[in-house]
Amino acid sequence: MTMPRTWLLGLWMLFLSWPLLAWSGEPALRGTGDLGVIIERGAGRVLIVNTSANGIVGRVEGLGDLSHASVVFSRDQRYAYVFGRDGGLSKVDILRGTLEKRVVQGGNSIGGAISQDGKLVAVANYEPGGLKVFAADTLEPVADIPAAYGDGKLSKVVGIADLPGDRFIYSLFDADQIWIADLRDPKSPQVEKFGNIGKAPYDGLVTPDGRYYLAGLFGEDGIALLDTWQPQQGVKRILANYGRGEEKLPVYKMPHLRGWAVAGHQVYLPAIGRHEVLVADKINWKETARVPVRGQPVFVVARPDGRQVWVNFAFPDNGFVQVIDTLTGRIVQTLEPGKAVLHLEFTPRGEAVWISARDDNKVVVYDTASFAKRAELPVESPSGIFFTSRAHRIGF
Amino acid sequence: MLVLSGFVLAPLALAEEPPTPPPQRSRELVRMVRQDCGSCHGLTLRGGLGPALLPEALRDKPPAGLKYTILLGRPGTAMPPWKTFLSEAEADWIVAQLLRGFPEESK
Repeated sequence: MTMPRTWLLGLWMLFLSWPLLAWSGEPALRGTGDLGVIIERGAGRVLIVNTSANGIVGRVEGLGDLSHASVVFSRDQRYAYVFGRDGGLSKVDILRGTLEKRVVQGGNSIGGAISQDGKLVAVANYEPGGLKVFAADTLEPVADIPAAYGDGKLSKVVGIADLPGDRFIYSLFDADQIWIADLRDPKSPQVEKFGNIGKAPYDGLVTPDGRYYLAGLFGEDGIALLDTWQPQQGVKRILANYGRGEEKLPVYKMPHLRGWAVAGHQVYLPAIGRHEVLVADKINWKETARVPVRGQPVFVVARPDGRQVWVNFAFPDNGFVQVIDTLTGRIVQTLEPGKAVLHLEFTPRGEAVWISARDDNKVVVYDTASFAKRAELPVESPSGIFFTSRAHRIGF
Repeated sequence: MLVLSGFVLAPLALAEEPPTPPPQRSRELVRMVRQDCGSCHGLTLRGGLGPALLPEALRDKPPAGLKYTILLGRPGTAMPPWKTFLSEAEADWIVAQLLRGFPEESK
């Protein structure tokens, strides 16, 4: 007899409290671990998305020129820092769906990073070439480190990543250098410079343990490698001459590097100007394999468990995505998600992957085990997709 | 005489407005420049890894040089050749649009 009475009481209380809930204006409590943002490239807008419901939660406007925008997250996973091409740095509250603050800090920028303690946000600038560092809470400027080289010229800065110890590591595209900026004392940043790393570094990555920094080289076949645990050993060259002296194909889009390149004990890297993914051993950095693929790879991204590596391609093969099985080193799936695939992002543990198809104005969600399409979201010219799980990964 | 007239006519031809490609193709070219060239030069063409392509940045450069930069690329830099995807006439048209301020994509 008590069961129905309790049930009735519960229903009655819900009935009584419903208007209170509705009128109080307080949003329902929730976490942000299954949220993320998608860049709407042309519209200066980000979408807030939910990876549990495969849905769009909100939209935040007024972020400026977001062609080639990238995002890092606060360590509480509530705020997205969006780096815009026009030098804009925007702090978006993804719980409220609001633009909390926006500063235009440079003329032309490409990306940024957040410090280990979450207190500093660094922006890598093309124009004026250098690094600018801001307080993560207020976006007040903290430090300015011009990327000066030669007789006072400024280099474009690429390939920025966080290193343990509130340091940032990045490459100077025009100066063939790698710099480490130590911000433990933000008022007097210490910069360590490494020269002659190889021609025209175009992007870089830090391995998930925060130890190795790899800079991809555009101007020559090879990757520059720095062991940040033993920086005195200097920069080494790995995968040198991977093109075997053959003329490379024209490159219509620069590849992107991040810590997602690492799957188990191997690193998967895009070959510049070749239809290949290069595989190297993460201990001795020797080439172990190369996987022939559909086109020139742009993003080569390991599923979080490292069992698969997903690859998208530069124009004109940018309608395809291929999946490498890391156990066999073979392509196990070729997908055509839509026109102009620009980016892909795995859910935190990798059961699904979200893929943006810019020219079809959609984001497609695939099951990574069955390769079945789970959802399709209408998004205007989508480019980057960024989930909050990045907040707790070194090098993201 | 033929050679000579070629020399005389070439600069005149460049000064004239290159013919506009058919509407569908024009849209594709505008999208290609905004999106694919834009991945290095910026969606707004204000520059990125590659230099700005705004009229004031290009004004002092000879249009023929710009056309061949598009078609053949610039060896030793990140600029690739686009001749596989563009005719000479289309490259001329793109240069003319860049010099006057490149059109936005129609939605």
